[in-house]
Order: sequence, then structure tokens, then C-alpha cells
Amino acid sequence: MTSIARDLPAAPRADREAVAARQARARRRLLGRGLLYAAAVLLALWVLFPIYLITITAFSPRDAVYDYPKQLIPGTFSAETMRFFVDAEGVLGALWNSVLVAVVTLIFSTLIGAPAGYALARFAFRGRDAFRLIVLSTRAFPIVILSIPLAVSFIEWGIYDTVWSVALMHTALALPFTVLITSSIFISVPRDLEEAALTLGCTPATAFVKVVLPLALPGLAAASIFTFVLSWNEVFAAVILTLRERTLPALVLAALNQSPVPFRLAAGWFMLAPSLIFIFVIRRYLLGLWGRVSR
Amino acid sequence: MKGQRLGWAPYALLLPSLAFLAVFFAAPMVQAFGLAFQNDAGNWSLESWRTMFADAQFREALVTTLVLIVILIPVQFVLAMAMALVINARLKWSGFWLYIYAIPLGISELAAGIIWFVIFTQQGWLNSILQGLGILDRPYIFLNYQNPAWLIFAVVLAEAWRATSIIMIILVAGLQGIPRDFFEAADVFGATSWQKVRRVILPMLRPSVQVALILRTILAFQAFAVVIALAGGGLTVLSSEAYRWYSDYRNSHVAAAYAGFILMLSVVSTVLFLWLLPVREEQQG
Repeated sequence: MTSIARDLPAAPRADREAVAARQARARRRLLGRGLLYAAAVLLALWVLFPIYLITITAFSPRDAVYDYPKQLIPGTFSAETMRFFVDAEGVLGALWNSVLVAVVTLIFSTLIGAPAGYALARFAFRGRDAFRLIVLSTRAFPIVILSIPLAVSFIEWGIYDTVWSVALMHTALALPFTVLITSSIFISVPRDLEEAALTLGCTPATAFVKVVLPLALPGLAAASIFTFVLSWNEVFAAVILTLRERTLPALVLAALNQSPVPFRLAAGWFMLAPSLIFIFVIRRYLLGLWGRVSR
Repeated sequence: MKGQRLGWAPYALLLPSLAFLAVFFAAPMVQAFGLAFQNDAGNWSLESWRTMFADAQFREALVTTLVLIVILIPVQFVLAMAMALVINARLKWSGFWLYIYAIPLGISELAAGIIWFVIFTQQGWLNSILQGLGILDRPYIFLNYQNPAWLIFAVVLAEAWRATSIIMIILVAGLQGIPRDFFEAADVFGATSWQKVRRVILPMLRPSVQVALILRTILAFQAFAVVIALAGGGLTVLSSEAYRWYSDYRNSHVAAAYAGFILMLSVVSTVLFLWLLPVREEQQG
């Protein structure tokens, strides 16, 4: 780099010029750094500012929600708007349904998908690429096209408008991700350790439980949280597949255009809040989860 | 592990996934085509497609969906690229910046729609701020049925705000795959930052860009809750028409035709991106 030019013997004038050029470059780099930090802050504000706005509005008293013009520095803090939302008819039930659906989805997709992920990671077998391709290609299919025929089937099977129908649908959506994510997690567990366990007399099953699983656990937990968020947020299938047993997004969407502003506000904040925490918890895994899967 | 005694093991491990996908993915897909190409009596017909194409809302939904995508995708790419470059520049607290930019990844379309509704509504933040700055002297009704341009603008902002992080993550992962030597080589030759982006980063990122474009476009064709939250009935997109035909008119045939149409557009856009941005063999991850 620049050091090569510095070490070369050169005429004094050329030397001075080189120093000047280097200083100019250093100045430019400093300026570039400054601009980068400015950009970083601006982009962060773009993400955070709307969250700030809905938070201070959602935690103001109910009549202050209609105040105009609004003040950027919040006046009184109040949980009144939130309580109004939680007490509204159907909200607690929908909240419970959302949690149930997300948990069932998480369990289903891990139980069904993780073995396939393990197989992709550890075995070379005929049909491996074909399977990967099938799993990858499922992403091209919109939720819309699955929900409508599944609604018809679920009515026939008698599980329409239940937590189960939504969870099954969400599992179908999450499964491809689970397979790909778990496969990349298992790939990152050194195979040598597993083989050492096998030579030391473990059966493949105990080697998996005692050696692979503990090492894969943090990644698997991150993947499950991601599945939970996917299900927690999904609204199209949920609103198509339910009538009374709504999940929270489905309930809010179905009632949205008839509901008062405080209700919408609190609902928006309520759906937003968990994701702040979840993304924080899995922040170290985001690049691994998404980056690798997208390839 | 080839030729091991457990030759059947991988297949046994795949079986649950395959079975589940067959029942809850492949079968509904076939059924969807059945629904779309059959009438109520169960005979093959193009009736639902004719109904869909003749529907007054169809054209509007299609145009809105396409306009949204055409505006959104470039905006999101520029934003996501800016975020990715900031992350890749290894500033201090780079984990912090990444977390902030990734937050919207966990936010649903519906929540994002509501957040921007609070900003754009008549007694909302945008009016408060603009009036505070003296730009407006009384609140302007942005979200007005007679004003589709503002409705589209609001939806674009909300979607750009929410769904840029997924592109950003894919681009950052791609950037990290570029060997540092390339940047150092560019430095040696005195490349400016812009030249580095143009000549090193963009060509090397092509596989990531392709994946992100395909994924984002497919998701954008399904935009739904954000439109309802911001525009109510003032704007319609293809997915909300599918929802309306299923829920309000109880006609799963026309709803399936809409879904099939969305699928068709998704496939066409995927092929288009694969064709426009060919990725060389050796670049595939």
C-alpha cells in the first residue's frame, strides 16, 4: 500500500509531494469517516423515529391521542390507551391464540424440519440437491395461494377456525426456513466431534443428543425465535382461516377500519413491542440465519 | 459418510418434511388450480378468470400493485445498500447499527401500516411537524380516498421502512463474502469510494442482489395489511382483492384465480430477474 511508496528512495521534492498527497488522503479519509457516521445516525433515526412516535402516542392518555398539534416531547405518561385496548372485546383471547399458534408452529416446524436440516448437513445422499431445490422453491409461492385452498380443506376436515389450522398453515410457511436454517446450524458443528463420539462407542442417537445438540442449541433457539416472530406477525392466512378464533393480527385487521384511533394505536404498539425484544435477542444470529439461507 | 450402514437414515430424516410439504404445500397448490379453473358445479371452466378480469377493481388492483413495486424496489435497494455499506465500513459499535437497522425485520406489515397511519393521519405527526415548522397552516388530509398519490406515497414509505432490513441483511451477508484484498487492491490503485461501489462491490454482490430482488418482489406482490391499514378501501391491491372475494363475497373460485394470478406474476418476475442479472456458476454460494 502507501508504505511501499514511502520506503522507496526519492528526490526531496517528490518526497514532499508524497507527504502532501498522503496528508490530503488522510484528510479525505477522516472526512469520509465523518460522513459515514452521519449516514449511520441518519439511517438509524429513519428506523427509530417512527417507533418513538407510536410509543409516545400509545402511552399518552386516551383523549390526548386526538390532541393536535402533537408534541414531540411527551407530556403525561399513561397506560390508559393500552388498557382500553387490552380490555376491548376479544383482544385477550386473540392474544392467547397468537401465542398458542406461534408456539405450536415453532414446535411443529422444529420437530419436522430439524431432522431434514440435519440430514442435509451430515449426509451425502442421492436426491440431496433435489430436496434442497424443492425447499428453496417453496419460497416462490405466495401465502395467498396456499391459504384459500387450505381454508376449503380445513372446513372439510372440521378444523377450520381453530388454533390448529392456523398453526399448520404457519408451519407450512416456516418449514422451508427451518430446514435451511437448521442445516446451516448443524454444518457449523464440527463433524470430528461427532465421529469421535461414535468411535468412543456412542450410538448415532446418543452422539447426536450428547455432542451435537448442546453445540447446536443456541443456533436452534435463535431459529425458533425467528419462527415465532414469523407466526406472530402473519396476518393473511390467519384472517382467512379464522372467524372467531382470531389471532391478534387477524382480529386487528378485521376490525381495523371500524375501530377508533386509540385501539389501532395500542394494537400497533402491542404487535411491535415483542419484535424489538426478539430481534435484540437473536441479533448475533441474524446474519447467519438470513445471510446463509438466502444463498 | 457415503456407503455407511445407515444408508436409509437421511431419507428417514427427510420423510416428515416431505410428507408435511406434500399435504400442506403441494396439495393446496394443486387444489388452488382446481378452484381457479372450476365453477361451483365442479366443471372445468374459465368462469372465475373471466369474472376476475371483468371486475371493476381488477385493473386498479393490478396497476396499484405494479406501481408500488416499481417505486418500492429501487428505493429499498438504495436504502438497503446504504445501510449495508455503513455496516461494512466497520464503524464503532457496528453490532449496534446492525441491530437498529434490523429491527423492522421483526415488525409485521400490519404494525408498520398502523405506525405510518399514526404519522399520516389528519391529527397525526406529519401534520403536527409540518405545521410546527410553519410549512402548513392547518392540517392537510393526506390519507384521502380522492388522493391516491398520497396513499401510494404513504404505503411506499411504510413498506420501505419495514421491509428494507431483509434486503440489508442479505446484502451485508454478501458483502462479508467479498475478500478484503479486493478493497485493498482498489485502494492501491487509488479508487474513489464511488468507484469501489461501482466496480468492486456491485459486481461481486450480484448473487446477493439477485436473491434479494427476487425475494422482495415476491413479497411485494403479497402486500396486503399495510395497504388496508393506511388506505382502508381507498387503495386496492391484488392480495386484498383475493381476501375480499374470499371473505366478503364467499367466492373461493375467484379468490383462487387472484391467487393464481399473483403466483404467475411472482414466477414471471423471478424469471425476469434471473434473466436480467445472470449469475456466473463460480459466483454461486
